[in-house]
Amino acid sequence: LKAVILIGGPQKGTRFRPLSFEVPKPLFPVAGVPMVQHHIEACAKVPGMKEILLMGFYQPHEALGRFLVSAQQEFKIPIRYLQEYAALGTGGGIYHFRDQILSGGAEAFFVLNADVCSEFPLQEMLEFRQRHGDAHSFVILGTTANRTQALNYGCIVANADTQEVQHYVEKPSTFVSEIINCGIYLFTPAIFQHIGEVFQRNQRELVLEESSNGWQRAEVIRLEQDVFTALAGSGKLYVYKTDGFWSQIKSAGSAIYASRLYLNQYSKSHPERLAQNKPEGPVIRGNVYIHPTASIDSTAVLGPNVSIGEGVTVGAGVRVRESIVLHGASLHDHTCVLNTIVGWDSTIGRWARVEGTPSDPNPNDPYAKIDSETLFRDGRLTPSITILGCSVTIPAEVVILNSIVLPHKELSRSYKNQIIL
Amino acid sequence: AGPLALARDLLAEGGEPFFVLNSDVICEFPFAALAHFHRQHGGEGSLVVTRVEEPAKYGVVVSEADTGRICRFVEKPRVFVSNKINAGLYIFSPGILQRIQLRPTSIEKEIFPAMAQEGQLYAMELQGFWMDIGQPKDFLTGMCMYLQALRAQHPEKLHSGSGVVGNVLVDPSAKIGANCVIGPNVTIGAGVVVEDGVRIKRCTVLKGARIRSHSWLESCIVGWSCSVGQWVRMENVTVLGEDVIVNDELYLNGANVLPHKSIAESVPEPRIIM
Repeated sequence: LKAVILIGGPQKGTRFRPLSFEVPKPLFPVAGVPMVQHHIEACAKVPGMKEILLMGFYQPHEALGRFLVSAQQEFKIPIRYLQEYAALGTGGGIYHFRDQILSGGAEAFFVLNADVCSEFPLQEMLEFRQRHGDAHSFVILGTTANRTQALNYGCIVANADTQEVQHYVEKPSTFVSEIINCGIYLFTPAIFQHIGEVFQRNQRELVLEESSNGWQRAEVIRLEQDVFTALAGSGKLYVYKTDGFWSQIKSAGSAIYASRLYLNQYSKSHPERLAQNKPEGPVIRGNVYIHPTASIDSTAVLGPNVSIGEGVTVGAGVRVRESIVLHGASLHDHTCVLNTIVGWDSTIGRWARVEGTPSDPNPNDPYAKIDSETLFRDGRLTPSITILGCSVTIPAEVVILNSIVLPHKELSRSYKNQIIL
Repeated sequence: AGPLALARDLLAEGGEPFFVLNSDVICEFPFAALAHFHRQHGGEGSLVVTRVEEPAKYGVVVSEADTGRICRFVEKPRVFVSNKINAGLYIFSPGILQRIQLRPTSIEKEIFPAMAQEGQLYAMELQGFWMDIGQPKDFLTGMCMYLQALRAQHPEKLHSGSGVVGNVLVDPSAKIGANCVIGPNVTIGAGVVVEDGVRIKRCTVLKGARIRSHSWLESCIVGWSCSVGQWVRMENVTVLGEDVIVNDELYLNGANVLPHKSIAESVPEPRIIM
């Protein structure tokens, strides 16, 4: 049994800028831990998991290399990075590396998108396949969305008894189904035959077109549009529906929402990661993660949904809520940080207020998902999470509201609803 | 001016001149100098004028340089006539009461022009600061001017100590917490409680109000008995009426809040909360 985690590359995940300028998006910390570590941990727990492969088109990167080494030590399972020579799509990469994936006689393998946050019911997917399909069936993890938002995802129509996928459409323009694709799949080696067919077809079509970089374009294969739509109705594809938490992580705002989901999960899975109220410590409300090397004044009030990174300093009387504070940052006395991501090594001066607007899904709708808001609406910046890039300095006593500050900026006054270059 | 007719008997009794003051004006109130000036010229009325930078916003006074006798008034002139305006402080001899009937009357529009034509009205120039404090924004400016004058004349009345910056007036019964920085230009009323870690600049805090810890206030008027929560930021002429509660962690920018309201959401752009 193996797992492949698709981590994309620098051209992908641009909605995550300016945070993705410093660190590849899959390594961005969510609930105190790199985004993709949650995937690795879930995969390592599945009995029989022999190897985890990270696949993407990032160039060899110091942070990525260090992460792989430490993750292997912590989870005691081989973890490798397979670098695609170009962006090959969600299907092209695994097809290109099929021999590596199948080496050692893998009978089945999971494919997970790195930019999702989930309970990862992997063991349940295996058991489901035993019950519903056969040894050669493929399983997509699905969840329920509301009718309007489902249009933003891959929509799955399934047989109510057998859960066999009868129809699949990626981001339809009209309503098809409220069951959506979570970006987590369970495949057998047979999948490569189907991907291979798409590859052959692409090549034939491109020969007809006679375009110049055809050799590369033939290898770009999208699992969703090219493979699942074809497999639907063939009796080979099934959907396992989960009610567990799930969210995409496309924007900085969704990283804060995903943090909240994982921090909730910690009360069962990693209670040691949640900060406790202690007489000599800061006041903790709700779920808060504090790195052991962070230094927090006892009069600070943190939470709910706060992650404090390595070496962060939090001064007297500071209030942090619904925010992620990345490592090395320093919050001076009496600051108020709400719905914000504070970048690595940034400084916030005394009494400053740094505030964003949450983009949370409607709490009254159990199937609502976080919205992918456009950056601008009607010519104005949409109010969203405030992001301070790496090494930003915010002076004392100002207010920074609904703004995005690019790295290394030293501000001298208040800003609202602006992108500061 | 109509109300002066109501008080006719009280004012005329004794035959002495009497002061009339607009209450929404702040200055150093030169009562003695004004009384002296009035007796010297012997006319029916004297008013105080002050120099302003933008006279077109006010009623402008044109007077003789040597005697101070007023020639005419021009209300909100469109071209520059003079930079002296009516400061809203008057002294009149009781004879003026014959000009005033018991009905709504504008002294500037109806009484003064007639008196000026008869040469009965004189202008004395004000020394020192002056401000029309009818609007909250101007109220705060006037407060700053007042505190500056206080620093010059009675510096011992101003507050001092660690955490005090510039001109700050604090009622003896008010309590200020640890690690606060108060000022410049702050007045704090009786029984006010300012908790720890609060920063206040250019504000008036009225009697009985409480500012909870770690909040930041600039250019605000906090009404009587208000409660401002923790980690609140208020700025840009935010005005809280009596008994307003502002919840923790909110941001008020130019909010004008009517009395007895509870504010549970931030007000990021100036508006009135009824």
